[in-house]
Amino acid sequence: MEFLESVTITPFVQIAADFPVFFGEVVFNGLLTGVLYSLVALGFVLIFKASGVFNFAQGAMVLFAALTLVGLIELGLPVWLGFIITVGAMVALAYLVELLVLRHLINQPDIILFMSTIGLTFFLEGFGETLWGSNVKKLDIGVPDVPLDIAGMLVNSFDLIAALACALLVAGLAFFFQYTPTGRALRAVADDHQAALAVGIPLKKIWIIVWSVAGIVALVAGIVWGAKSGVQFSLSLIALKALPVLILGGFTSVPGAIVGGLIIGVGEKIAEVYWGPAVGGAIENWFAYVLALAFLFVRPQGLFGERIIERV
Amino acid sequence: MLYRETGQFKTSYAADQAIFPIFQDRIFLFALIAFAYLAVPLLASEYMLQAVLIPMMIFSIAALGLNILTGYAGQLSLGTGAFMAMGAYSAYKLTTGFPELNIIVVFVLSGVAAALVGIVFGLPSLRIKGFYLAVATLAAQFFLVWMFNRVPWWYNYHSSGTITAPPREFAGIMLTGPTATAETRYLLVLSFCIVGGLIAKNLVRSRIGRHWMAIRDMDIAAEIIGIRLLPNKLLAFAISSFYCGVAGALLLFSYLGSAETEAFDIFVSFDVLFMIIIGGLGSILGAYLGAAFIWLLPIFLTNAPQLVGLSMPVDLQKHLEVMIFGSLIIVFLIFEPAGLARLWQIGKEKLRRWPFPY
Repeated sequence: MEFLESVTITPFVQIAADFPVFFGEVVFNGLLTGVLYSLVALGFVLIFKASGVFNFAQGAMVLFAALTLVGLIELGLPVWLGFIITVGAMVALAYLVELLVLRHLINQPDIILFMSTIGLTFFLEGFGETLWGSNVKKLDIGVPDVPLDIAGMLVNSFDLIAALACALLVAGLAFFFQYTPTGRALRAVADDHQAALAVGIPLKKIWIIVWSVAGIVALVAGIVWGAKSGVQFSLSLIALKALPVLILGGFTSVPGAIVGGLIIGVGEKIAEVYWGPAVGGAIENWFAYVLALAFLFVRPQGLFGERIIERV
Repeated sequence: MLYRETGQFKTSYAADQAIFPIFQDRIFLFALIAFAYLAVPLLASEYMLQAVLIPMMIFSIAALGLNILTGYAGQLSLGTGAFMAMGAYSAYKLTTGFPELNIIVVFVLSGVAAALVGIVFGLPSLRIKGFYLAVATLAAQFFLVWMFNRVPWWYNYHSSGTITAPPREFAGIMLTGPTATAETRYLLVLSFCIVGGLIAKNLVRSRIGRHWMAIRDMDIAAEIIGIRLLPNKLLAFAISSFYCGVAGALLLFSYLGSAETEAFDIFVSFDVLFMIIIGGLGSILGAYLGAAFIWLLPIFLTNAPQLVGLSMPVDLQKHLEVMIFGSLIIVFLIFEPAGLARLWQIGKEKLRRWPFPY
């Protein structure tokens, strides 16, 4: 126990006490990364709740949305127009996915739906890169990127604005779900498909809406991430980072996705800083998974997930 | 007409329990095996053996393994690539550490090493299931690949970080390494492929296989009728990882020659999962058919534009290929979610009544 404590807890306490500014910067960086994970995970949760589809294509949707936006801006369109057209493209995508894929796979086992979204991932990656090319693109949406000094910590103004934008988006979604009729219908579908159908909620329309919302969330994630590190193929890989977030937060919980994203974001940054050098670095790749795995042993349904009740 | 089982009486329990109870099936299978052993090495070109048949059969071994775990025991896994990497790296360590050790034994031992790792990463399956488990197996995927990258012991402290299959011989014939001919490597892989299939087929017909299927269909119900979940689930993970480990070792020694961890990344896991779903979940035949389909489809897509006389830039073609691959997967899932094995079965039913269907 003592050894464990000396490895897992003491270094943090010590460094937090000795270098509060550095610690604060790491935590803040982690929070920002975590916000992005949350956004991607949010897309997953929305679709999983409403249709029970584990949408692996969320990462590809991030890539596709970002590529489309960059491509449109490169064509000479102003940013706002490009944004609107991309939103339109994501809605069209949602419609097509429902029309061409989901509609034909109703009542299939979950794994078949899951595999079809992996097929969709391949399709979107290929399609996006066929349309817009595969070289790394710079996305400049005109947000200032200057280092600010907040209580001794260096923080990029872009990061701050991005975090605020994401927070606004999440708040907007929460409002949409809580207070609009469509939002209520969405929650009803999430609770019980059959009951929702019975009270007259059109399931297919709901699916299109959910996929559109997930597409827009993907676009926002793509913009933030793309502006930070360029729009490129690796964007679609952040989907893989969102999976442990889902486990931690629970597949069916919107607050879970947000809190889980923040925990994973901060956790992996801190782990990288303190343990990374000891074991050869780059532990960011798997730390989140191992953290989530350890967590699953304690709570199989995640932090906020619905309790799993099984009947024969 | 040709494919009739009328008049084929079973006069003993052994005959009743035969893997292929129908005479024509047995003839077909033996003919196929004879063809694969005798005719293919003579007829096929070096390219055909090296780039098409050898990897196809290696992946069919991995698909057999994953099908045991996912198709029969119902435990969804995305860690296939990592278990294959475990096999490859432990085979490399074993044969460089003990050069006189028989190479076949090395392959089997590397499977055992992968099985042990599989058991460790299978432990969460007792608490969680479905997609949660799939994500948990991703932990294996990322952790193991990271470990093979970062711990120099695994690649004998080479500066390049790659592992290279050393030349090893068995009974005076060079089996691995650069001097081994494509034909010998083909025959080696083919033998593993057939023996592996035979063992898997018998496993899933046995008590163990029935336990797995009961767990797949509903694990609580299985527990109630007295099937112990712990040993059975872990056994499924162990055997599945064993197959994947052997496949990984063969991939390194018989196909790639030298490899880095990229050869075993997450996309390998996805490919193998595609293989068993396209082939048919819970079907031994499906593992082979799916592996053939998923391996041949990209090769076909790569060569198709030249065949019809189209020429396009390489990167555009690459993207189109990915796009078409993805959409074909979706189309296939929509039209035949039960997989190629089901199509095969339907074909057999039709053939039975041919030429007088009712």
